[in-house]
Amino acid sequence: MQNVVSKLDAVIQKYHGKKGALIPLMQEVQDLEGYLSHNTMQYLSEQTNVPVAEIFGVATFYSMFRLKAQGRHVIRICKGTACHVSGANGILYSLRENLQLEPGEETTTDGNFTLVEVACLGCCSLAPVIMIDDQTFGTLTPEAIPSILDKFAFAGDTV
Amino acid sequence: MSNVVVKVGVASCGLAAGAGDVFSRVQEYISEQKLDISLVKTACIGMCFEEPIVALSGMDAGTIIMGKVTADSIIESLDDYLAGNPIRQRVILAEKGDAIHNELLANQKRIVLRNCGVINPESLPDYEATGGYTALRIALEMEREDIITTIKDSGLRGRGGAGFSTGMKWGFAFNAVGDKKYVVCNADEGDPGAFMDRSVLEGDPHSILEGMAIGAFAMGADEGYIYCRAEYPLAIKHLKIAIADAEQKGYLGNNILGTDFSFDLHIKEGAGAFVCGEETALMASIEGKRGMPTIRPPFPAESGLWGKPTNINNVETWANISWIINNGADAYKQYGTEKSTGTKVFALAGKIKNSGLIEVPMGVTIRDVIYKVGGGMKTELPFKAVQLGGPSGGCIPEALLDTIVDYDSINKTGAIMGSGGMVVMDQGTCMVDVARFFLNFTQNESCGKCTFCRIGTRRMLEILTNITEGKGKLEDITTLEQLATNIIKGSLCGLGQTAPNPVLTTLKYFRDEYLAHIEEKRCPAGVCTSLLRYEIDPEKCIGCTACARKCPVNCISGSVKQVHNIDQDLCIKCGACYSTCKFGAVKKG
Repeated sequence: MQNVVSKLDAVIQKYHGKKGALIPLMQEVQDLEGYLSHNTMQYLSEQTNVPVAEIFGVATFYSMFRLKAQGRHVIRICKGTACHVSGANGILYSLRENLQLEPGEETTTDGNFTLVEVACLGCCSLAPVIMIDDQTFGTLTPEAIPSILDKFAFAGDTV
Repeated sequence: MSNVVVKVGVASCGLAAGAGDVFSRVQEYISEQKLDISLVKTACIGMCFEEPIVALSGMDAGTIIMGKVTADSIIESLDDYLAGNPIRQRVILAEKGDAIHNELLANQKRIVLRNCGVINPESLPDYEATGGYTALRIALEMEREDIITTIKDSGLRGRGGAGFSTGMKWGFAFNAVGDKKYVVCNADEGDPGAFMDRSVLEGDPHSILEGMAIGAFAMGADEGYIYCRAEYPLAIKHLKIAIADAEQKGYLGNNILGTDFSFDLHIKEGAGAFVCGEETALMASIEGKRGMPTIRPPFPAESGLWGKPTNINNVETWANISWIINNGADAYKQYGTEKSTGTKVFALAGKIKNSGLIEVPMGVTIRDVIYKVGGGMKTELPFKAVQLGGPSGGCIPEALLDTIVDYDSINKTGAIMGSGGMVVMDQGTCMVDVARFFLNFTQNESCGKCTFCRIGTRRMLEILTNITEGKGKLEDITTLEQLATNIIKGSLCGLGQTAPNPVLTTLKYFRDEYLAHIEEKRCPAGVCTSLLRYEIDPEKCIGCTACARKCPVNCISGSVKQVHNIDQDLCIKCGACYSTCKFGAVKKG
C-alpha cells in the first residue's frame, strides 16, 4: 500500500500547478491500479484540493475511467456501424458463451478477462473486430473466438 | 547503399492484418542475406481491404505495391524484384505497367491523404522531402490578413461535418480582442464507421502541425491543443514524435524559423465521450471537466478555452491548410463544386468490396464513389442503402445514389456529409435495426444535460426496440416522428439536434420495412431475431448432420440420413445451421 501511495504522490506532483490537468492526472493514477477506487479518489481530492464530487463526476462521465477492478486482459468488442452490419452481435454472443459470463457480468470469475463494448475501434474495413489488450483481431467469425481466447489463457492460480 | 526501399504499411489496420510479422520477416531476411536495401515503416495508403500492404521501389521496374502480403510471400516478391523478374505475387499498384487497382487511384484526388502510406510518419526529413513546412515559411512572410483571405477564397469548409467556412471562422478569431488566443485540433473522431482522422494522424502528423502553426500565426494564437481520442494509441505516439522533432527543428516553440512568432502545441488525450466532439464540450474536457456542451453564443472565437478566443478545426480541415498556402486558393477551387470546393475523404466500410480510405473531388456522385472507387458490392446480395454521417446522418437509398457529394446536396436527402463515414448496406441489412443501432448509440452517449436528448432518445429507442421485437403498433410511427421533431428543437448541441436523423431518413425511404415489422410481424431482411424462425425443409434435408453438429445449443435433432428438426423453444436464432447447410434445406423466415 505504501508503495502505491508513493507512486500516487509522484504522479500528483508531476501535474501540480498545471492547468486542466485533472483528466490526464486521473488517467495516470488509474494506470497504477487498473481502476479508480473510492479511497484513491478520496486521496486524490485531499492532495489536489479538487472536491471529491468533481473527481467522481469526471470519473463517471468518461468511459475510460473504471470504478471496479479489471481482469488481467481487457477484451474490447467493437459495436460500430460496420461491425454491427457485419455480425458483431454473433461475435459478442460467442465471447460471452466462451467466457461463461452471466448477463450483466463483465469480468470472468477467474479474473482473467474483462469484456467491454466500445463504440468504434476505427478498423471498419476489418469488421467485425475485437481488441484484446493492444492486439486487434479482425474479420472474425463466432467459430474463431475460442482459439483467440486460448492465446490469453491464464496458466497460474486463480485470483 | 542501394536505392531499393521496402515500405511496410504498419498503421492500425495493417497491424491488425499481420503487417508486424511481415516487417520482422523482411528485417530478418535483410540481415541474414546481408542485403544492401532499406526497410521503412509507413502508414495507411487507404486500401485497408488489401492489408498487409508492402511497397517496393528503387529498381528499373519502378514502384510496385503488393497486397495481402504474408511473411512468406514477401520474400519471394523481394527476390523477384531484386532480380529484375516480374513479381508473381499479388501486385495491386504499379508505377509502370498494369496492376489490379491502378484505376482506383486514378479516380481519386489526394490532397489530405497526399503523404499517407507514402512517407514514414515518424520521419521529419521524409515530410520535408515532400515539400513539408514550405507553406509555414511562405505564411510567415505573408501579412496575417492575407493568409485568412487566402483560406476564405479557397472556399474550404469545416470537414468535421457542419461545413462552416474555415476562412470566416479564422476571421472571427483574428478579430477577437484578447492578449491570449488558442487554436485547437479536434481529433476526437467518434462516429462509428469513420476513421479518416486516425489515418491522417497516423500517416502524416506533420501536416496537422504545419496547418495549426499557420493558423495560429494568422489568428495571433501562441498556444494550441490537439484533442485526440485515447482509442488511437498509434496516432498519439506519432503526434508526440512529430511535435518533439518539429520543436527541435524550430517549426514549433519559441521564435519559429527565426521570427518573433512563438507557438506551443500540446496533446490532450480524450477519455471516452462521444459528445466531446462538440466544440464547447471539447473545451470543457481540455479544461479537465465533464465534457458537457454550453450555450452558444458566446462562440469559442470570443470566449473559448479558459475564456480566451479560441479557434477549433478538425483534423481533415487542418490537413488542407498547407496545401492551400503552397498552391493557392485558385488551385484548390479547381476541385469540387462552386459552394463545396476541394476534396473530401471518405471511409468506406460495410458491404463494399474496397473498404478503406479514399479521397475524391467534391461533386462526384455517391454512385461513382461506391461503384468506381469502392469497387461495388462485396456480397452477392444487392445494394440497399448507404449510411452517411454516422449517428448524426442518414441512410440514402438506391434511388438517390446520383446525389453529388457536396454539403448542400447531401443535406437535401436528410443525411449529412458528416465527417465522412460511408457504410454500405445490402439487402441483408434491416433498416429498422440500423435505426435502433444508432439510437442506442446516441442514447448511450447523450451527456444528459438537455431533457429532450436524454429522455427523448430513450423513448425512441424503446419504441424501436419494440418494433424490432414484433411488439410495435401503427401509432408508434407518429410518436417517433413527434419525438424526433421535439428532440431536434429542444437540444442544445449537435448530438441531440441530429440524433433523430437515422430514424427520420429510414422512415422516409424505408417506411415499408417499418410497416412489415409492425403489421406483418416480419423482418424482411431476416435480421431481427425475435421475428425470425429457422426451419428445415424435409424435401431438401439429406440428413448429413452438419447443422446439428454446428448448433451451439444442440437444438437440432435427427439421426444420419434422417430428416432433421429444429426445436423452436430452444433455438437462439444464431443462424449457424442456415450458413452451414450446403443443400439449402434450412429456411429462414
